[in-house]
Amino acid sequence: MAQGSSVLAAAGIVKRFNAFVAVAELDFRLGADEAVGIVGPNGAGKTTLLNVLAGTYRPSAGTVTFEGADVSRLDAASRCRLGIARSHQVPRPFGDMTVFENVFVAASMGGGHKGARAYDGSIESLRLCGMLEVANRPAETLGLLDRKRLELARALATDPKVLLLDEIGAGLTDGEAAELVAIIRELRRRHIAIVWIEHILHVLLQVVERLVCMDAGRVIAEGLPDEALAHPAVIEAYLGSGVT
Amino acid sequence: MSGGPGIVVQRWSPLSIGAMSCLGALLVLLAFGPFYLGPYLTDRLTTLLIYVIMAAMWNALAGYGGLVSVGQQAFFGLGAYAAIRLSHAGLEAYLALILAPLLVGLVSVPLSTFALRLQGGEFAIGMWVFAELAHLLVNLDGLVQGETGTSLIALSAFAPDTRRALNYWLALAVMTVLVAAVFLLLRSRVGASIQAIRDNQEAAASVGVRVMATKCLIFVLAAVGCAAAGALTLATLISFQPKTYFSVQWTAYMIFMTLVGGLGTFEGPVLGAVIFFAIETFFGGSGVWYLVGLGACALLFSLFLPRGIWGALRDRFGIALMPVGYRLQFRPRAGKAAT
Ligand SMILES: Nc1ncnc2c1ncn2[C@@H]1O[C@H](COP(=O)(O)OP(=O)(O)OP(=O)(O)O)[C@@H](O)[C@H]1O
Ligand SMILES: [Mg+2]
Repeated sequence: MAQGSSVLAAAGIVKRFNAFVAVAELDFRLGADEAVGIVGPNGAGKTTLLNVLAGTYRPSAGTVTFEGADVSRLDAASRCRLGIARSHQVPRPFGDMTVFENVFVAASMGGGHKGARAYDGSIESLRLCGMLEVANRPAETLGLLDRKRLELARALATDPKVLLLDEIGAGLTDGEAAELVAIIRELRRRHIAIVWIEHILHVLLQVVERLVCMDAGRVIAEGLPDEALAHPAVIEAYLGSGVT
Repeated sequence: MSGGPGIVVQRWSPLSIGAMSCLGALLVLLAFGPFYLGPYLTDRLTTLLIYVIMAAMWNALAGYGGLVSVGQQAFFGLGAYAAIRLSHAGLEAYLALILAPLLVGLVSVPLSTFALRLQGGEFAIGMWVFAELAHLLVNLDGLVQGETGTSLIALSAFAPDTRRALNYWLALAVMTVLVAAVFLLLRSRVGASIQAIRDNQEAAASVGVRVMATKCLIFVLAAVGCAAAGALTLATLISFQPKTYFSVQWTAYMIFMTLVGGLGTFEGPVLGAVIFFAIETFFGGSGVWYLVGLGACALLFSLFLPRGIWGALRDRFGIALMPVGYRLQFRPRAGKAAT
């Protein structure tokens, strides 16, 4: 692989849970300024791959490279400070803290900001995600939709260079999905590279320029969205699992 | 304190500024206590100050850090023991009492690397095991003479009245420093991280929080605080029997005060300490039934008023006297609204 332009790369990633292989010999790269979508049936290993990229999981084998440096040994917090932020498929809010405080932790720790800059960064993230109205509410009082938005706002507040998104579009109405697409497009204007795992293809395809299709821990097809989706293995995987 | 157009991040409110001023005045008043309180009240207030320390420490650890420990008597006992040892090594008695908690704090650093790997109930039990272990080890020290115990003999050199006043002032100073330290820590960026770890450790790591180092900080602070309470108790009792100091009752007191006052609220544990102190003063604090009553009471509170008395008041009236959180104020709409 020519590494010149890729901001985040993974090579030979294997992740086993005891005997079960969730990710098998997988290579992945994300170009600077690029937006890549990851699709695949339930249990394909998408979230596991994202956890390996973010540093939440140590891979059983393989290396992760960020901006040319090997970050395989760094934990999630260190990778976040370097500029790799992520959202969680099942939201993990800091329930007893307010929405603003949730985002403030991210801005001050992941973003490394102090004083007024941390405040401004937090407010800006909340504004972008349309969460200013609920800023003073305890996060545990939020509904699922706002919890997902908070995942995004918190990740943004860390000033990421790479944003790893895990199904933040699930369960949105058309109007809400359009808002989300607008937010992601704004992030792309800010030159944040994006990896987005999403089942809702028509939303995903409005933003990403490349698609990676996974099944059973492997990449079964990748390339321009239309080409990747037309691949026989992808059709097989989707028909086989009944996901449309 | 500004941020974004038309939006202000508010940390102090008129009410909390007023409350802090009253607190400052109260501290000044208390500083002159020995001159007008008389021997009995001076002694009792010293005890109350020690309780406030204990409650504030357990609350910092469990209420804000999410680290529920039933072994804080380890540090309480070690604090007293370290004071005995330092004094025996030739240090002036009150200097030994001041340095002992810091020494225990040093010891707690390596301990934290083991203890903080444990989660939830494992941590709670692990700390209790550590307390038992510390108790056994202290018993092995020839100076302590097993359960017979020893005493901080150097304190006998002071006239009773002088000692009483010195103990009171020391307790007041240590309480002020420790509670201020917890307050400032919780108000800082690190304080927000501590609470984030409590609410969701993995998510905290994913937004850049150094989980182990941050937990270590609150763990060591609580260790120092509990050791200070132990050393101060030694100053008032003079005698040191390991069984008394390493008794789980101290942690039970801390839990009672925190749960009744308000777990995870800053003001609650202080209120809890006052309530506990009042119960002890009026009902006489001894006997098995006394402890059973305390336990049942704490249990009822955690079931029906999980945020204690102060938490209920706070939720009802939205008051914060010593605020550690953040509130956004939107200028066009709000202006003078308190808290
Ligand atoms: N911590 C874990 N321990 C054991 N098995 C796991 C663990 N995490 C994931 N797995 C397994 O690994 C496989 C891949 O899971 P993963 O969550 O990565 O799938 P996914 O592609 O994100 O699926 P979905 O679309 O449902 O979110 C699944 O079979 C899952 O049961
Ligand atoms: Mg998943």
